[in-house]
Amino acid sequence: MAYNHKEIMAERPSRLTSGHRMCAGCGAPSVARMILRAVKPEDHAVIANATGCMEVSTFIYPYTAWTDSFIHTAFECAGATLSGAEAAYKSMKKQGKLPEDKNTKFIAFGGDGGTYDIGLQSLSGAMERGHDMVYVCYDNGAYMNTGIQRSSATPRFADTTTSPAGTVIPGKMQVRKDLSKVMVGHHIPYVAQTLAMGNYKDLFEKAEKAIYTEGAAFLNVLAPCPRGWGYNTEDLIQINKLAADTCYWPLYEVIDGKYKITYKPAKKLPIEEFLRPQKRFAHMFKPGNEWMIKEFQDEVDSRWQELLDLEEMTNKE
Amino acid sequence: MTYDKLNTSTPWQDLTIGGNIYDAGNAREFKTGDWRSQKPIWIEEKCTQCGLCFPVCPDDAIPVGKDQKRKDFNYDACKGCMVCAKACPFKAIEKEV
Repeated sequence: MAYNHKEIMAERPSRLTSGHRMCAGCGAPSVARMILRAVKPEDHAVIANATGCMEVSTFIYPYTAWTDSFIHTAFECAGATLSGAEAAYKSMKKQGKLPEDKNTKFIAFGGDGGTYDIGLQSLSGAMERGHDMVYVCYDNGAYMNTGIQRSSATPRFADTTTSPAGTVIPGKMQVRKDLSKVMVGHHIPYVAQTLAMGNYKDLFEKAEKAIYTEGAAFLNVLAPCPRGWGYNTEDLIQINKLAADTCYWPLYEVIDGKYKITYKPAKKLPIEEFLRPQKRFAHMFKPGNEWMIKEFQDEVDSRWQELLDLEEMTNKE
Repeated sequence: MTYDKLNTSTPWQDLTIGGNIYDAGNAREFKTGDWRSQKPIWIEEKCTQCGLCFPVCPDDAIPVGKDQKRKDFNYDACKGCMVCAKACPFKAIEKEV
């Protein structure tokens, strides 16, 4: 089915309601909402959430912003919790304890802290065992919930409270972990990297494929954080667009090991365009720090080239 | 359960077992409109119903009807981030001054 934006928005009501306490202009809620719109209206969803901004602000007792079943467990076990729920569901269905004609989809949400770092082992286990579930990482590039500490998803040179840019260190010293590729290494049926841009077509279509592909699937979605990144709150969609256009955050999917880049910018922009609006990279524009921008650009270029090569290599007849 | 009666001094006996919530989506009753320091105004005459602002609202404050057209903002939920105004290519959402 071709993506009909207005029809989707009109016919599929929001499964993540208003009244949650995420910051004004946060990138994550609209991403989560669009992903849940990809669940067919007649299907039920079970959502597990690793501790993080999204969990602490959408599920404040006695309120829940989720219209589906929601489980919160500790920081490291969204993958384990949801795979257990999925296994129980399968068993109960086999025993005839659940109606035949009703389907339940299993979706986990985690921030980059709960996914790249703390929850990595339980996520890896769930993916390896091949549970019929989707794990969605909304990547805002640091532990924003607890006050912007660096994570393994934080890009190199970013200024955070535990990697402060100054005269001693130039911000975060290590390069960013490429989790999507780690997930490709699990040889699961579907892995995709995306972000919210334009009419959210890319995000919706990947979410739909991930949810309705049998077996384990992983989605990595960029979710800008106005507090942690230090850009003007209203520029959310523009920042996303720049991340895609500079190839900092390439949009691609991997189906059964075959790479497909879903968005190739007509004109690849220099990385400065993405870095300049963000306060966490402000020190990179000071005189004498040009080498930082160069090294950042080199890394983006080499990762983009690697992706192009992978696409060509995996699609050979 | 009446949610507005719960507060920090509510005894534990009056809470649900395990902190479970049985009324899914009840956060709708929690108003976040008072967070707002800027107010977006929708100018219906300029709006072409292109749909670009429909999904961007983090707070689900842009209602879309079954006729596939947007309605006026839900100011009980809008936190005033102005992301919608920036997403509009027709300047049909303006900041109130």
